[in-house]
Amino acid sequence: MTRHLRVDGPNHDDRLDHMAQGVLGQPLNRLEGPLKVTGRATYAAEARPRNMAYGVLVQAEIPAGKVLEIGDAPGALAVIQDKRMIHYAAQGQAEKAPPSGPERVEYMGQAIALVVAETFEAARHAAQNIAIRYAPETVPVIPESVTPELPPKKQSATGDLDQAMRDAAVTVDQVWHTPSQMSAAMEPHAAIAEWDGGHVTVRAGLQMLSSNRKQMADALGIRESKVRLLAPYVGGGFGSKLGINAEAVAAAIAARELNRPVMVAMTRQQVFDLAHRRSETRQRVRLACDANGVLSGIGHDVLVSNLPGSEFSEPVTQATPFTYQAAHRQIVHAVSRIHRGCAGSVRAPGEAVGVTVFECAMDELAEAAGIDPVELRLRNIPDAEPVTDRPFSSHKLAEALRDGAERFGWSARKPSGQRIEGEWFIGMGMAAAVRVNMLVESRARVTLHQDGRAIVETDMTDIGTGTYTILGQLAAEMLGLPADRVEVRLGDTDFPPAAGSGGSFGAASSGNSVYLACEEIRSQIARTMRCDETDLTLHDGMARAGNVSRPLSELIDGQITAEGHLQPGKTEKTHRQATWGSHWAEVAVNRWTGEVRVRRMMGVFACGRVLNEKTARSQCLGGMSFGIGIALTEAMEHDPRDGHVVSRDLAEYHIPCHADVPELEVHFLPERDAYVGPLQAKGLGELGICGAGAAVLNAIHNACGVRVRQLPATPDKIIAGLD
Amino acid sequence: MREFTYLRAASLADLPASATIIAGGTNLLDLMKHEVMAPDALVDITRLDLNRVESEDDGLRIGALVRNSDLAAHPVIRRDYPVLSRALLAGASGQLRNMATTGGNLMQRTRCPYFYDRRMACNKRDPGAGCAAIGGVTRNHAILGASDHCIATYPGDMAVALRALDAVVNIDGPAPRQVPLADFHLLPDDTPEIETVLRPGEIITGVTLPAPVGGQHRYRKVRDRASYAFALVSVAAVVGMEDGRISQAALAFGGVAAKPWRDPEVEAVLAGQEPSDALFAEAAEILLRPAKAWGENQFKIPLLRRSLIATLRDATGMEAKP
Repeated sequence: MTRHLRVDGPNHDDRLDHMAQGVLGQPLNRLEGPLKVTGRATYAAEARPRNMAYGVLVQAEIPAGKVLEIGDAPGALAVIQDKRMIHYAAQGQAEKAPPSGPERVEYMGQAIALVVAETFEAARHAAQNIAIRYAPETVPVIPESVTPELPPKKQSATGDLDQAMRDAAVTVDQVWHTPSQMSAAMEPHAAIAEWDGGHVTVRAGLQMLSSNRKQMADALGIRESKVRLLAPYVGGGFGSKLGINAEAVAAAIAARELNRPVMVAMTRQQVFDLAHRRSETRQRVRLACDANGVLSGIGHDVLVSNLPGSEFSEPVTQATPFTYQAAHRQIVHAVSRIHRGCAGSVRAPGEAVGVTVFECAMDELAEAAGIDPVELRLRNIPDAEPVTDRPFSSHKLAEALRDGAERFGWSARKPSGQRIEGEWFIGMGMAAAVRVNMLVESRARVTLHQDGRAIVETDMTDIGTGTYTILGQLAAEMLGLPADRVEVRLGDTDFPPAAGSGGSFGAASSGNSVYLACEEIRSQIARTMRCDETDLTLHDGMARAGNVSRPLSELIDGQITAEGHLQPGKTEKTHRQATWGSHWAEVAVNRWTGEVRVRRMMGVFACGRVLNEKTARSQCLGGMSFGIGIALTEAMEHDPRDGHVVSRDLAEYHIPCHADVPELEVHFLPERDAYVGPLQAKGLGELGICGAGAAVLNAIHNACGVRVRQLPATPDKIIAGLD
Repeated sequence: MREFTYLRAASLADLPASATIIAGGTNLLDLMKHEVMAPDALVDITRLDLNRVESEDDGLRIGALVRNSDLAAHPVIRRDYPVLSRALLAGASGQLRNMATTGGNLMQRTRCPYFYDRRMACNKRDPGAGCAAIGGVTRNHAILGASDHCIATYPGDMAVALRALDAVVNIDGPAPRQVPLADFHLLPDDTPEIETVLRPGEIITGVTLPAPVGGQHRYRKVRDRASYAFALVSVAAVVGMEDGRISQAALAFGGVAAKPWRDPEVEAVLAGQEPSDALFAEAAEILLRPAKAWGENQFKIPLLRRSLIATLRDATGMEAKP
């Protein structure tokens, strides 16, 4: 039986709050944690099928042109140059494979062949030394060097922003730059492919198996039913594993050709070349307000880049239309076609850099207007989505701002440059957090056995976020079982297709499908108990209705299996759905060297129902750390002549590590959002990053008076503004 | 990685005339994986008896195999040569310091990304090929002593402190010799592939520190993040004060040249003077007279000036307030 729900209207009944087991929301440890910390969780490259060969990708050494000839590789089993090899990774949720054909080079570092050998070392040696002849072409690699496209659907204007800017008492008109950024997940991309007749099984680091399967089938030119993907454990994704990448397709082609299992693992440098980068952005923000700080105009004019023909463009302004009210608004979205590596989704595409910059602009406006930055925001919260007038599904920004200011001790903040400790300037900064919320179609199967064990099966992935744990908690809550009586099986396309992990929609989307499956099982038990499902209480393996109480073992004949199927519906259109929060930071800026050290940071978030207090908190901690990276350290440097990635390892691409991340504090505001399905839970993974960097950058200004508009705020940019 | 033979040496006498020496391997293994270095043979010297720290005359002899973490924690180093301890702890990460050795650290090669990337022209890797870094991303390149052939820096921290301490490198080989650290690393000129005076068949057996000179010891490393990162610039300072005047100042600078940089004129202008911002500015002026930027690394000139002034204020006990 399948229980289906399209989310066409509100859910005000708070069903989960009336369950009896009391396990949902609890800060349970991750179920697979012990496997991971003891090395028993097998990541993509850790399986060892018998007779496996090793492939290493050969990469283009020119930014564009044709590959004329690829030489021999002494000591290798094969050099594979196949027309099905893809140029770059598929975008998230794409149903087709990306462009292919290894003779055509679109960017420096593109995979153009695969060398296969008996060992990884031999394959790598051969790949590094293979002779290639090219017919190179000269192409642009700098965003500002070309005339950008202006996709009509991505432009919008209401009122007359220019006039509003002229009429306003206070204005801000500044330009910010953010560099290319890399997700830099801990596990480099890898795949192992194995054929059995016409069927291929690929183990890989992937975030969204059901669309990945379509992409793989399309790339290989075989039917979807011939492809099985396995991704039981994934060492981080942050968008970089949303779509299949060159290594997985090459492994499948090579395994077929050599008739043996083939592994292709990327080196860290290859990940920097081949995984999607977040596009660099140029953002001009214009703000106009009256003397009381009430906004009359908002302009957000952005330039991003991608390869010619690549559809994705960083949705920088995604939250701009609905975060603050203003009568006069304009959004300009321009895309430069240049030959750097493919741009795609990196954690919180759009808001991660868009909200960060916008919230810096708001800080500048607050300063210019002489109004407290928290107060400025409070004065500009719209009652409904501006322009469309759609209601918000829930709105917690004001509460997050007030709650955060109180908790952080915002009232102790001093004017810029007035708090000094030794050779350090100390400052506080804040920013709003906002991220759009999405639901994605999802299915899950739940089986309840007579002995009081339940099994959850879906092709959903756990990329380190805690999916195994929360889906188990959810089933345990619904079916009235202790959490350890539920087994969760993920990451296998043989299971019902789920949303996958991406866009922060994974937990809510797959969670709702598990909820629905459990609801169907509850209905069947209720029928046996001769009561309404809503009158049924399940707790510790017992079913109760009225004064009747019976163990599940008496009610179930063998097992009950049900599928849940969730589809997003009308509430997507009728209501503006978003998650809200506030970010707070205290930093120290060295008066001599311009070094910035974050001393403390806090986030207050509202994301609907919290499914597991601990894994939710961990998501926020990760997001806030990303925010520190955006503000202070992370930049993919591209060579100005050929666009190649210069900072392509973890010694040169600086993600914030332990010494850079101080104690982070996370608070959740209790919330039930009625318009996002019966779980009443929204996406959380990405909210923690959206605006976090702005709190740090605004704190820098409060500390020492320097505005850094060219991110990241490394010492060179700070000292440029110091005496 | 290219295939190579591996030999474990049991004694110094065992060393073949030409082989690449491996100790901690923290840099060499990376370079071999990238095939920036592709030796036919490796000789592992980690079993040699070169891992002691011993008194020698009034100074200290540090074996080539003493690990960075052990050296940083050594009580005599902490007491008499704290600038060295601080420099070591500012370098790399805990894991790397547990492997990296004193001798190997002196042989650490540049982090210039164009040197690491075999697609790019590099005179250091392939003499005569040209320098792709010039005109490229030069944020962390040299501002002192570079040439049109190479603008790479020596990336280490330990050697910068050793330079301020007037350390001497002990070399064994056909003709054992001692070379002041000042003369050990070479500026690129038109032979950037030759980085040190070490000749084939020679091996570093240790480093000798002269008698301790007292004074205030500082190591200020300016970096893009607090965790593992190479210096943008660094300053090693040993500064003595007598009667309110600077009696001695030994200053070495990292992250700015192909070797730990030291300029006797800078120290001479400080000696015998009362500390003041004007004096420090004058010292910085002298230090940076020969400085030349290569594009993005322009900021290193003011950053080094500011770092020197801050270090001198700190070491001479001036208020560090702005």
